[in-house]
Amino acid sequence: MDGISIIFEASLWAAAIRIASPLIFATLGELICERAGVLNLGIEGIMTVGAFAGWVAVYHGADLWTGVAVAALAGAAFGLLHGFLTVPLGLSQHVTGIGITLLATSLTYYAYRIAFPEVTSPPKIQTFAPLEVPVLSQIPILGDALFRQTPLTYLAFVAVIVVAYVLYRTPIGLAVRTVGENPAAVEAQGIDVTWLRVGAVAVGSAFMALGGAFLTMSAFNSFYFDMVNGRGWICIALVVFGSWRPGKALLGAILFAAFDAYQLRLQQLAGAYLPYQLFLMLPYILSILALIAMSRRAGYPRALMIPYRKGER
Amino acid sequence: MPSESTQPPNPANEIVLRLSGITKRFGPLVANDAISLDLHRGEVLALLGENGAGKTTLMNILFGHYVADEGSIEAFGEALPPGSPKAALARGIGMVHQHFTLADNLTVLDNVVLGTEPLWRARSRHADARAKLARLSETFGLLVRPDARIADLSVGERQRVEILKALYRDARILILDEPTAVLTPQETEALFATLKKLVERGLAIIFISHKLHEVMAVSRRIVVLRQGKLVAERRTAETDRHELAELMVGRPIPEPKVEPIPVGPVALALKAVTLAGEGHPRLQEVSLELHGNEIIGIAGVSGNGQGALADVISGIVKPSNGSLTLFGQEIHHFDPAWMVSSGVARIPEDRHAVGVVGDLSLEENVISARYREAPFSKRGLIDWRAVRDFATRIIADYDVRCPGPQAATRLLSGGNMQKLILGREMARDPRIILANQPTRGLDIGAVRYVHQQLLKARASGAGTLLISEDLDELLTLSDRIVVMYRGRMSAPMARKDVTIRHLGLMMAGHGFGGEAHAA
Repeated sequence: MDGISIIFEASLWAAAIRIASPLIFATLGELICERAGVLNLGIEGIMTVGAFAGWVAVYHGADLWTGVAVAALAGAAFGLLHGFLTVPLGLSQHVTGIGITLLATSLTYYAYRIAFPEVTSPPKIQTFAPLEVPVLSQIPILGDALFRQTPLTYLAFVAVIVVAYVLYRTPIGLAVRTVGENPAAVEAQGIDVTWLRVGAVAVGSAFMALGGAFLTMSAFNSFYFDMVNGRGWICIALVVFGSWRPGKALLGAILFAAFDAYQLRLQQLAGAYLPYQLFLMLPYILSILALIAMSRRAGYPRALMIPYRKGER
Repeated sequence: MPSESTQPPNPANEIVLRLSGITKRFGPLVANDAISLDLHRGEVLALLGENGAGKTTLMNILFGHYVADEGSIEAFGEALPPGSPKAALARGIGMVHQHFTLADNLTVLDNVVLGTEPLWRARSRHADARAKLARLSETFGLLVRPDARIADLSVGERQRVEILKALYRDARILILDEPTAVLTPQETEALFATLKKLVERGLAIIFISHKLHEVMAVSRRIVVLRQGKLVAERRTAETDRHELAELMVGRPIPEPKVEPIPVGPVALALKAVTLAGEGHPRLQEVSLELHGNEIIGIAGVSGNGQGALADVISGIVKPSNGSLTLFGQEIHHFDPAWMVSSGVARIPEDRHAVGVVGDLSLEENVISARYREAPFSKRGLIDWRAVRDFATRIIADYDVRCPGPQAATRLLSGGNMQKLILGREMARDPRIILANQPTRGLDIGAVRYVHQQLLKARASGAGTLLISEDLDELLTLSDRIVVMYRGRMSAPMARKDVTIRHLGLMMAGHGFGGEAHAA
């Protein structure tokens, strides 16, 4: 087995899709927020909240899909907080976002300690099982990669299509895209800017929380500290990489995940000669390079990070 | 105070909109003071007033961006709920804002359709919208490409989209806030023709402006606002520019006098200056000789290379080709500080962003280019007493209305900020003045003041490059006029040989030859 032949292994691509799934959810979430003109750096913390909330609900006897819903609602709640601070109050989106991340992460750890004061290792739950799609899963390589995943991964792909459709084909999507370009245009057409932006941030945050929930309810079966591990920040970059378009963001997420899956395998192959940290670094370096190549032409939402105050120019 | 507009009802002259006693306060400032006015079907009513007179505030109340403290609005005989653009739109009131409310990255069609459908509809009905837009386009001669991105449109086209947005919603009343501020003379004429078509079809239009000749050209009735009060109402046919100017300012306004004087030696010479840009060059072989005792006016629609020219002469960018000579000495080292010390004064285009540092005090701003020189710098430390004396003198000499030399500069009004900049620049007895849009956004009083100062500098030997989009201003002050178009510059023309119409055509590219259209 060498570095090249790994690329043609189905298991690499299956892993890539698995690693990509939480990124897809969270990237979509960030994309929705930014399309509405609000940068949401609370993403890392909101993913942590989602991971914990879904997992703890299932642990206390809820079924898996209820757990997913709980995670989404918990994310939306933090989204509402971020939205309230940045939209009607017009606070700095950077500072608020980092504050949300710190608050959400710490609250989650606090809640974890309250809920499980005695345990040394966190309890496990029964997670989503892989679901083979009949017929399609028989396709060589592609079948293994795409159609033997858990339902949450399928949901991530469906979400890409739904978000793209809503953004580009429906009136509410048009309003969201416009409010991120020029909120005055939205107000001049009789739509409430505050409502629209806060709503978009809440929905986007719910998606971020789904990304977190994937970690505890599909990828792993338990909740650990630091398990989000910078994925949120990667998603911020993926939104830029995808030029604020759901389809391109999906490709970016898969590309990044493929690098990640690849470096894991490369580690086993060449780990004896090179320190493993070098491999861990690889996907990040590649994503920075890809970002440089892609984002030069990116048409970012013009009103991104600019608070809108009624009647002000 | 009831207005005198209670005329006998006349079916052909139906009142479509009635504002009664509108008062709006912002803290201690009374932006609108008991304003009442009527708008009739099929007329253009001009709302004339200086900046800060309360025109835009009044229209923002009408459109629901603001809520009035007192007073009420009736549209088509029914009270209009305050503070709701949605209600205003539903009642058939459309507004074309001074700063366009368009989303640059979206298409024309997207911008028009936004907000006209129920938000939660599962699919936008673009086909119907496209047909309706095409119909409106044709009826009113407002040609636009529905799939073009707004960012790719000219300013005139964007304004057409704004008007179409209102018509698409079946507006019966159209408010245009300073619609000509960004248009070329030809685009302005086209706009006026459109407005004529609209009133013929029974729309009522409120036209907000501070430009007298436009108000005279387009309106049937004129209402003058001054300091938040409605001070006069005139039939356009029964008034003239002189009377309107006085009503607007509240005192007589003398016209500036330009005495012919012989020009001095060449102060600044540009030879075939080219500045590369992304795609097409920002400046292309620009040549010009500026003498002492002379004002050269640079006309052109903004974005045709004026900014690049100003940057080169300020020493901010180095031209890719060609030479720049200052008092006979060719410049190789492009450096703003060096330019300033060789006698180039700059009145920048954007006074808030470039002209002053808003959060610094007036006294800090007046020494921003000279803090290293005596008497402001002593042994490497700033002598604040000398600075304060200097600032106090400028404030007195240039009549800068401010709380004091230590106040933050951002608190000043546009006119006073410009006076401060003028004072700072003129205090150095500059030999070359680069004035980029020096009167944009100022009211008549401040405009006159700036003009006087420029003429004074001309009399005392300075050469001035006056970049302006206000053709009246150029024709009043300039000894010679050039036109810029797509980075190229026309040959200079003596003022007496130019007309507004001629300039307008050149600004649209006429006379720049086939090679100008190579792109």
